[in-house]
Amino acid sequence: MSDTEVQVAQTAVSQMELTKRIPRAGGSEPSAGSAKLRKLVPIAAAHVILIAMSLFSIFPVWWVIAMALDPNSVSAPSELVLIPKGVSFESFARVIANPTEIEGLSFWTLLWNSVLLSAGTTAIGIALGATAAYAFSRFNFPGRKAGLMSFLVLQMFPAVATIAPLYVLLSALHVRTSLIGLAIAYAAGTLPFAIWNLKGYFDTVPKDLEEAALIDGCSQSQAFIQIILPLAAPALAVTALFGFMTGWTEIVLAWTMLENPKTFTLAMALYGMVGQYSTTKPWSEFAAMSIIISMPVVVVMLLLQRFIVSGLTNGAVKG
Amino acid sequence: MKFLFGKGAQADMTRLAYLYIAPAAVVMAFITFYPMLYGVWMAFTDFGPQHIRHQNPHFVGLANFVAIFSQAKYLDFNFFQVMGFNLLWTLANLVFHVSLGVGLALLLNMEGLRGKRLYRAMLILPWAVPVYVTALVWRNMFDAQSGALNLALKSLGIPGVEWMSHFGTAFFAVLMTNIWLGFPFMMMVASGGLQAIPKDYYEAASLDGASPLTQFWNITVPMLKPTMVPAITLGAIWTFNNFNVIYFVSKGDPFGQTEILVTQAYKLVDPLGMYGVASAFSILIFFILLGLTQLNMRLTRTLEEA
Repeated sequence: MSDTEVQVAQTAVSQMELTKRIPRAGGSEPSAGSAKLRKLVPIAAAHVILIAMSLFSIFPVWWVIAMALDPNSVSAPSELVLIPKGVSFESFARVIANPTEIEGLSFWTLLWNSVLLSAGTTAIGIALGATAAYAFSRFNFPGRKAGLMSFLVLQMFPAVATIAPLYVLLSALHVRTSLIGLAIAYAAGTLPFAIWNLKGYFDTVPKDLEEAALIDGCSQSQAFIQIILPLAAPALAVTALFGFMTGWTEIVLAWTMLENPKTFTLAMALYGMVGQYSTTKPWSEFAAMSIIISMPVVVVMLLLQRFIVSGLTNGAVKG
Repeated sequence: MKFLFGKGAQADMTRLAYLYIAPAAVVMAFITFYPMLYGVWMAFTDFGPQHIRHQNPHFVGLANFVAIFSQAKYLDFNFFQVMGFNLLWTLANLVFHVSLGVGLALLLNMEGLRGKRLYRAMLILPWAVPVYVTALVWRNMFDAQSGALNLALKSLGIPGVEWMSHFGTAFFAVLMTNIWLGFPFMMMVASGGLQAIPKDYYEAASLDGASPLTQFWNITVPMLKPTMVPAITLGAIWTFNNFNVIYFVSKGDPFGQTEILVTQAYKLVDPLGMYGVASAFSILIFFILLGLTQLNMRLTRTLEEA
């Protein structure tokens, strides 16, 4: 730091101290209202900060909703409209009638593909993840620690490196351009998280419950399916949500693998509507499509928020 | 168990364990491990698009790594510059995520504050929106002609900014997007941690005459640390590899200056088709992340022992 910079910094600090001192001096004056004031000032300051941050939070969401509902939907906005004059669902109707520039590709096909891909990813991820997690949580066997660690290390290998080999492999298996191939690839990607998250949760379920069931003549598999799985419902829901999100919003791998427009997804259609790529699609339709894609995810995320946050911080990291 | 059923039962258990793991292991062997090993092999070849269907690529030894480090003529990026930006990007985001997250959680934890639930609902909204949609929306927010930010500036009589044409404004754009995206998670984690701190601690400290600031440093910070450290570790890895924000918002503009390692690696795949170089690049990313994780684990352990 040069001398002048130090000087500037010092004056800035002394100015900050000055401004800080002023309200303090006022507050220390002995008067009847001072105690009340001392309580009110922090509360008022808290409201100011919270309101500012809340505005920051909702601004982009508000802007998108305003664009989607604006009855004079223009192809690209030339002024900032936050409160449209009137409300119209025409943008939604238009984007559903004609979601892409590809001839004959209906919104319902895209939606069906997205649902199929997401459901497939979730189902495969949960089925394989839960059984493996159960073994890691309950059994002691050679290779247990190495297996768990390898999943963690795997997540550090960038997915982009595996795109080309995956392309070759899925082509060889003749599933590259199909949704099922993509669903398996996505599911494999979500497995490390699924296994760690579920294992973390299974570890918290007391072993006594299964041992009692085993003594009553249950098999280990029955104990797993009938006792452990229902108890792990919150962790299963979070794992399912992550699988669903991958299938619902991933596009890089989808663009690389899929060829036939009949297999395209909603997320892929949205990508075709953004800024510079959009030549004919109005921004209002981009906004409408964004809302259609986000709505189900936002609702489920908000409903499951408690489980997701605790699952991420406890299950996935501490193990 | 061993005592009850003998050696045979232990063998049965092991067999059952492998049976449970087998489906996941088979899928991961094919879809994860095999492509990874294949990728490692590719890093030592001149693998290009023409090799995907036919032809075998040539073995080139360490040429791809040398090309990356010495910035070969056909590569338009400097590895160390990209890595430097990646670290700056991660650090800047974490500072904002954690300070905003903890700060807001403290405010929402204040006694006598009204409207907490409403504030909370608005503040966690960004977290619930899919990252992919968020990135595309912010890309449009920063659009030079029709983006919300330039239109807002216009209505104030200020000329718009070409956000992606300068490093400073492009960095501001991606940082803004990712702050929006990331602070609610830290806030939620910190809120959970704060609620677990017994109120008696603060009451006792107040009676002893400790100022709010002393209470913050001596009660809140140490009690919050066990909750925040795993979240910060997780956040660091996410941010370090945050493909979506960089790829969709700035696309690395201007001139690749806001490119991070994973987006640079992807650029080598698509559109450049340099699969060999991309694989070598990915191996480097892997070791950087492994190193950072090790460092983080050691730091956390020393912090916990201290």
